[in-house]
Parts: sequence; C-alpha cells; structure tokens
Amino acid sequence: MNTLFDKIWDSHIVHKVEDGPTQLYIDRLYCHEVTSPQAFDDLRSRGIKCLRPDRIYCMPDHNIPTKNQDKPIEEPVSRKQVETLTRNAHEFGLTHFGMKHPKNGIIHVVGPELGLTLPGMTIVCGDSHTSTHGAMGAVAFGIGTSEVGMVLASQCILQQKPKSMRINVEGELGKGVTAKDVALYIISKMTTSGATGYFVEYAGSAIRSMSMESRLTLCNLSIEMGARGGMVAPDEITFEYIKGREYAPQGEEWDKAVAYWKTLPSSEDAVFDKEITFQASDIEPRVTYGTNPGMGIGISEAVPAVETQPEAGQASYLKSLEYMGFSAGEKLEGHPIDYVFIGSCTNGRIEDFRAFAEIVKGNKKAENVTAWIVPGSWGVFRQIEEEGLAAIFAEAGFELREPGCSACLAMNEDKIPAGKYAVSTSNRNFEGRQGQGARTILASPYVAAAAAITGKITDPRKFL
Amino acid sequence: MKKEKFNIIKDSCIPLPLENVDTDQIVPARFLKATTREGFGENLFRDWRFDEQGNKIESFVLNDPTYSGQILVAGKNFGSGSSREHAAWAIADYGFRVVVSSFFADIHKNNELNNFVLPVVVTEEFLKELFDSIYANPRTEVIVNLPEQTITNTATGKSETFEINAYKKHCLMNGLDDIDFLLSNKDKIESWEAQR
Repeated sequence: MNTLFDKIWDSHIVHKVEDGPTQLYIDRLYCHEVTSPQAFDDLRSRGIKCLRPDRIYCMPDHNIPTKNQDKPIEEPVSRKQVETLTRNAHEFGLTHFGMKHPKNGIIHVVGPELGLTLPGMTIVCGDSHTSTHGAMGAVAFGIGTSEVGMVLASQCILQQKPKSMRINVEGELGKGVTAKDVALYIISKMTTSGATGYFVEYAGSAIRSMSMESRLTLCNLSIEMGARGGMVAPDEITFEYIKGREYAPQGEEWDKAVAYWKTLPSSEDAVFDKEITFQASDIEPRVTYGTNPGMGIGISEAVPAVETQPEAGQASYLKSLEYMGFSAGEKLEGHPIDYVFIGSCTNGRIEDFRAFAEIVKGNKKAENVTAWIVPGSWGVFRQIEEEGLAAIFAEAGFELREPGCSACLAMNEDKIPAGKYAVSTSNRNFEGRQGQGARTILASPYVAAAAAITGKITDPRKFL
Repeated sequence: MKKEKFNIIKDSCIPLPLENVDTDQIVPARFLKATTREGFGENLFRDWRFDEQGNKIESFVLNDPTYSGQILVAGKNFGSGSSREHAAWAIADYGFRVVVSSFFADIHKNNELNNFVLPVVVTEEFLKELFDSIYANPRTEVIVNLPEQTITNTATGKSETFEINAYKKHCLMNGLDDIDFLLSNKDKIESWEAQR
C-alpha cells in the first residue's frame, strides 16, 4: 500500500484476526484522568501490569482548575479523579506530569510540544481529539476506556482498518482566514458524519504552506466530521518544528529518523477510497450557529433556511436553532455576546495567543464580555509571558489563566451560564457542552479577539 | 460491569428520532467524574430528562410510560463527538441491550460493542418504518437475532440483515473480552517488537 496512512498502519500490524479486526501495535498511549481509572481497574482485577510502561504518558487536563493550581482542587469529585491518575501512574510505573508540573497541560498540546509525538507513530488516547497528533504525520485516534485497558495491558489495540480519504485545499488563504476556519468550512461541507469510517489525509498547497501549529488545529477537528483521524504528510515544516524538542531524537538518531520520515508521504500514484478538493479562496472567517460543528457559516453569511435541510433532519435543525436563540435567515455579525474563551486542544497553542494578541493589542476588552484566556500547557503559558503577550493582554483588560481543558467542556469551574453566548475557540458547540444551557459559537482566535473587544460577533479582518 | 452473553432479543422499543445525538447529550461531561463504571444509567440523557432543578421533563421519551423496552431506536449519526465510554456505560446501565440507527459514529459504536450493547445499523427506510410502527403501536416488538445477524420489525414483518465482524460476534455471544485475547498473543507482540 502506498498512502501515508497505509505505510504506518501496515508497519504496525502484529496480527490479523481471521474475519475480524487487526491487532495493531501502539507506539504511544496518552492517559488523562477522566477516561483511564476504569481501565487501570481492569488490569488490577486481573492482577496484571502494563506490558510497556515506557510508552505511556499520563497527565490530568480535563478537571483541573485554571486558577490557584498550587492549591488542592476544591471540588472533591474532581480532586479524587485527578488523584486517582497520580496513584495509578505511580502503581503501574508510568510517566506522570501532574497538576502544576512544568510539563503539564492538555495532552494534545503537550505531546507535540515535547516531541513525544513523532511522525510514523501510532498514537491513541481515551479522547476523541487525539486526531490532533496526526498533523505530525502519525496515525493517531481516540479510543474508549475498554480500549485504553487493552493498550495498557498489551501495547496493542484491535481495530478495523478504516477507509481512506484525501481532502485537498488548494490556493492561498485570505487575510484573517486560519486553519480553524478551514476546518469549520470543511466540516460544514462534509457534515458531522461525512467522514465517518474514514481516515483523512489533508493535502494541497494551502495545507503544505500551513505552520505546524495550524496543521495541529486542522487535524484536531477531524473527528467533528466523524473521521477516525486526520493527518498531514511530514515535511520540512514538521522536521523544523520537532528538531531540538525534549523527547525528539538527537544527533545520529535524528538523521536516521528524518531519513525514515521522508519515506512516509503518500506516493504520487496513491489511490484513496474518496478524494475531495476545496479552494482556499472560497473560505472566509467562520462562525457556527447551531449545536454541532457542521452547522457553520462564513461570517458574512446568514443562518440557512430550514428547507435547505434534508427532511429527516429538520426537526433536529429547528431544535438546534431554538436552543441557540437564532432564526433561519438571520445574520450573526453584530449579534451581542457575553463570553469569550480562547484555549483548548484546538486553539491553545502559542500561535493562537499571538493571533489573539494581534487584534486586542492597543484595544480594550468590551465591558459586557467575560473573557477566559487559557493556555494549552505550562509551556505555552511561559511562552506567552516571555513574548510579552501577557502584558498585552493585561493592558487590554484580559486575565491570563492557568492551563487545562477549561471551558471547552466545563468539567472544572469554568462554566458558561445558561442562555449566555460564548464565542469559543474550542471544538464543540453541542448543547450544554460549555455549561448547562450555554450557547457556543465556535470560531478562530481572530474572531474571538474581535468579539472580545467589540462585545459582538465581528469580522476580524477590519482589525488586521 | 457484567458481560451478559448476547443471542436473540425480542422486545419493544424506545423511539428517539433525533439525528446527530452526540455523546455529550447521552451523558454530559459533568457526570464523567466517577472512577468506576457503575451508576451511569441515572444520568443517561440527563439534560433532556431532567430540568436544572432536577424535575422530570415529562415530554422526554424516557419519562413517557407509553414506551418501554431494551431497544433504543435513534436517528442518524448516533453517538457522535466525544470518545467517552461513559455514554455506552449509561446506555447499558439504564437497561438497553440494543441500539438501532441508520448510522453510528465510529468510536461510540466500538464502545457499545465493548460493553455488550449491540449497535444495529439499518437502512433509512427500515428506520423510518420502524418509527412509524412504534408510534402506531408502542408495544411493537423487534427481534434482534445476533447469530443470524437479522433484525425484524414484527409489526410489518420486514427484516434486514446487519453487519458485525465475526470476531466481535463471537465475543458477544460468548461473553469474552479483548484483553484476554490480546494477551494470549503476547508471543506475537514480542516477536513484532524484536523485528522492528
């Protein structure tokens, strides 16, 4: 086989079950506190240990507060879950970056940042946004807790081989159009189930010229169109990003690794089960208007009419608009908002905070807006301070918080109140995702910044 | 979690004709803090079942005594979004053994199978007709036959076959799980590592 995906998948096959799934070797398992406790119990109840503890990295991210991380977590149930991860990592001899550890952060930000995620790897985690790591040229996908148990026990997983899809984005992205907008555009065209059963490779000139962090944002959102994962072929941009990172190969090992990584991209004659091409010039800064990430529009567009939806989906569509308090035909630009959240595994990297700073610099936060600025990791937090972005945020009236998943899924205290509108750089606008009754508008860091200083949904291009 | 062997199930259904039911609706994130697999059934569809004060929302189908049964029938793209297996635990713990839809999200489908809940994929036509049958007669029974891989709407007599890989079918019918299987291949894992 000759696609990027096939080359990695095929080289990790340990065993093919007759009439069944493939037993695939896993190079890297990441564990967080929410989806791992029951998996560790599975091992304990059998009296077994991890087969390859050196391939497993643990860190809490979902529950942790974004203030006062030097103090114990106040909420007892969250605290117990985080402590359970600490105890499990210790008992099973696994590397653990606990709360306040200088390497702690959101797993999907930390993995690439430390060079733990490398091209050619198979990577899993009990989290659907594991697709993020595919941006480095890895096969990375989210799994359930029972599957986490399988990997803890055997360093392998049983999986059906997915179908292949290549999505090309050709041309140059316009001013103020980011990887987030590209992803939201693609998902709106594909729908939230349009890539289910597929593993996606993103290609084309617009992807080739994207920075590593932009590719991470793009691949992160693959799951939102149902894809098992998304990936980008490793190239000089990838190698440049990885070089010198703490866990990356060094010296002679580095040269050997790069030589291998250069063999990974799909061959010229690679054939995909499905191939789709989009034009970069068709994409403008985007916002979502509904309760799944496929319900999105360009910032200048209006909410589509009910009749544009397939009949079987119209009831769900109306329910969604009612939840959001929007009507078909309405334009969202100018609509007042209450909260802005920048962060998450989607847009919690330094590039995202630079983009946010570019717009808020010299402006002031709108009075009607509560803004949560949450770095994806302590590494990003430190960089924000070192680059002077923290000072820009403070000057504009924004407070920098401590890293974690935060308001993306509101498992900690960072919850958007019922009925309030939040422009959020995260990945899901599902009902109640950011708090019971919260209304989420997904967007890029530029759109979030423009909303934060104007207090309403605003086209960011006028500030760039 | 008990591994109840799966064979043939004949029961009435609970209809949920919404599309894109995501795992955040099946079990909201704030209920993911448990460290065991038990008790998630009470939070199944929590925010559709109960209001913010914890009162039952009478109009939601799980609160409607008209409908009962171990078979959940849902609209297209069931279980999209988060990989949380808690969603499958909630479905199993509530008492469902089968979920019928015209389309499932991948991760959730695996999670159901790993918890001895059978996801049955049917055609759009079969699904629409099944909703019609259930609304016409809430006691309508469906027969899900795993050995034969068939599903039958007893109201219309219509039957369809469904896909499941032979390995997983064997696991479901015999109450086996994947960790046992993987560890029985330990020699293969070690020889793969050695030749790498």
